[in-house]
Amino acid sequence: MQIEDLNAIAEKHIGSRKKIIVRTCMSAGCMSSRADAIKKNLETAVKEQGLDAEVEVRRVGCMGFCGQGPLVGIDGVKEKEILFEHIKPEDANAIIASLKGVESNLEIGDPDHPFFAKQTKIVRANGGIIDPEKIEDYIAIGGYEALHNALTEMQPAQVVEEVTKSGLRGRGGAGFPTGLKWGTVAKSPGAKKYIICNGDEGDPGAFMDRSVLESDPHLVLEGMAIAAYAVGADQGFLYVRAEYPLAISRLQIAIKQAKALGLLGAGIFETPFNFNVDIRIGAGAFVCGEETALMMSVEGKRGTPRPRPPFPAESGLFGCPTLINNVESFANITAIIKKGGDWYASIGTEKSKGTKVFALTGKINNTGLIEVPMGIPLRQIVEEMGGGAPDGRKIKSVQTGGPSGGCIPAEFLDTPVDFESLAKLGSIMGSGGMVVMDDTTNMVEIAKFYMEFCKDESCGKCIPCRAGTAQMENLLNKIIARQATQRDLAKLEELCDMVKNTSLCGLGQTAPNPVLSTLKYFRNEYEELLQPDKFGPAATATK
Amino acid sequence: MSARTLTIDGKQISAEKGASVLQAATEAGIKIPTLCHLEGVYDVGACRLCLVEVKGINKLLPACTTRVAEGIEVTTNSERLNKYRRMTLELLFAERNHVCAVCVANGHCELQSLAYGLGLDHVRYDYIFPRWEVDDTHRLFGMDHNRCILCTRCVRSCWHIEGAGTKNVAGRGAKSKIITDLNQKWGDSESCTECGKCVMSCPTGALFKKGSAVGESERDRTKLEFIVNAREKKQWNA
Repeated sequence: MQIEDLNAIAEKHIGSRKKIIVRTCMSAGCMSSRADAIKKNLETAVKEQGLDAEVEVRRVGCMGFCGQGPLVGIDGVKEKEILFEHIKPEDANAIIASLKGVESNLEIGDPDHPFFAKQTKIVRANGGIIDPEKIEDYIAIGGYEALHNALTEMQPAQVVEEVTKSGLRGRGGAGFPTGLKWGTVAKSPGAKKYIICNGDEGDPGAFMDRSVLESDPHLVLEGMAIAAYAVGADQGFLYVRAEYPLAISRLQIAIKQAKALGLLGAGIFETPFNFNVDIRIGAGAFVCGEETALMMSVEGKRGTPRPRPPFPAESGLFGCPTLINNVESFANITAIIKKGGDWYASIGTEKSKGTKVFALTGKINNTGLIEVPMGIPLRQIVEEMGGGAPDGRKIKSVQTGGPSGGCIPAEFLDTPVDFESLAKLGSIMGSGGMVVMDDTTNMVEIAKFYMEFCKDESCGKCIPCRAGTAQMENLLNKIIARQATQRDLAKLEELCDMVKNTSLCGLGQTAPNPVLSTLKYFRNEYEELLQPDKFGPAATATK
Repeated sequence: MSARTLTIDGKQISAEKGASVLQAATEAGIKIPTLCHLEGVYDVGACRLCLVEVKGINKLLPACTTRVAEGIEVTTNSERLNKYRRMTLELLFAERNHVCAVCVANGHCELQSLAYGLGLDHVRYDYIFPRWEVDDTHRLFGMDHNRCILCTRCVRSCWHIEGAGTKNVAGRGAKSKIITDLNQKWGDSESCTECGKCVMSCPTGALFKKGSAVGESERDRTKLEFIVNAREKKQWNA
């Protein structure tokens, strides 16, 4: 494979395209509403109405507006795309007939809706446009060009330099500078190095990585290959949770196709660079999203974290230097290589660059996936793009960062969404879950929900997380049942501090966050539930 | 230079490069509380009792897995650390069913001695009282999960000293459990070599030698009666 061959594939594929493209969202969300039957019926309708020559029905990945799904988009009829919403399989005939000008009473979405208009798409640029199961579709929009450029025109150190310049920070949650991590792995001595892509997305309400993997698997593979070249690795692992069967099957197809074309494997683009990727399927443990636990799992061991240092960059998988990044981080790489680190750094805020994908869910009118520039005020996301809370309710709080994050009260909705601002409010950016709560939500119940989640997902290795979360959940249950006193609340706060400071891994260290942030902003909701203490005022300290 | 000098609790000490802070402290006669640490097997940093403060680092670090470094200043004994240690022990006592009075390890239990040492005289958390079984199917040994603190010392000594690989951990969170082979009865285990290293490793009374349990210390008085009868009724076989 050389660049000429790549271009030839692209040209041939573009040449074979038909005038009108009917895109059917076939991501997990729409698939659960029978998107496969919709696509089949659309294909039959095209045949029956004799439009074979000019209409192509295409399987695409997530279009983003999941709450309005199943979605069908049409290109090539009007200047802008036509977006049909809430489609059922029996609507197929009417959709195809509309191409010939026949009026239908189907629900048509507004492509200028703020939900779409306010987005800046880098990671999700191809989502909902290309067929994730066809490598030609990806190549036709310039896929694997960035890898070629990196391999033939750049030194590994230059690739690291470009990523550093972009200011990209890890999208898994902690926000560690990606370029710095790459540089450390590149400089770590060792003949064998590994690349790991963390696709063990497990936060309740988060589905960003799933969508990227289902919609654009080659984007992630290409990002991993570039990373491997930059740090000197020749083997990659994609760790995906078993709950994402569609993502796994599309990745398997993608890897097979890329290998067949010589875009993965030995001597890529006829250079001495070799890179193979294998998939490892997680068995449903949340803690395996923690990097050291994930590596244990890849090694075939029980997925429990180990103390750091040593960090994976120095001693990771099988004791070798390992670069581990999140799906979304890898998905940003091709754009950075193609358009340059400076371009990427021009988007976002001073310390948080680029865009971030969020899964907008909860008590909000428009649920779905959005990609927005860093620094956008939270209010624009929930009120303009999300359309506020349903039934005219008031938004009370926005939860970011999943079980490691916190609840941001409505009075801080004008906060810009970036790593520092969210941390200042006692929450975190996290991997991108954004759960909106309206004024009917009880914040103590929310805290209890997340605590129960952490307790169930604790691996059991260290005592503070294993036994501490169980006691914290117990105390929250007592408060909710109106059986607790100030003394119990003091015990809860003391445990929050202890579990946060003594747990082994990030899961335990951040497990108290939902309690701490709701206590910070909604303490009255806790206190309203407390009972008078028979034994006098609360004693706080242990002794 | 293969030695490192550091300060632990204000005392200047030197330690070999690559040694853990725990080793360095022990050599200098400074005692740091531990539970999952066991001499002879690798450390996992799980019990969090040996957490220490290192000047300039805002996280607490486990002394057992932290390597010594030149010039670091370590504090092993502070009000905050001891408070966390007491809480950790409280959590353990509330987690499973630790009843010292009827335990085979009473008086020889590391959990018990640590609690005495840290002045823990009561537990402020609700006891969970989970139901755990006792596996007494093995010919020589028994396992009482009620007393297990999941330190995994038995697992590590079984794999890395004996090399049998019989013991392991199954389950998650508070439901984690030390298992034998593929979660079989210990008595049915084909890999167990009956070496007893797991029993030697156990800090509490979770693993014990048969015959040592309180319930087993029944007195057999029939022999006394037999002898007295025999003597009085002259029932000897001359």
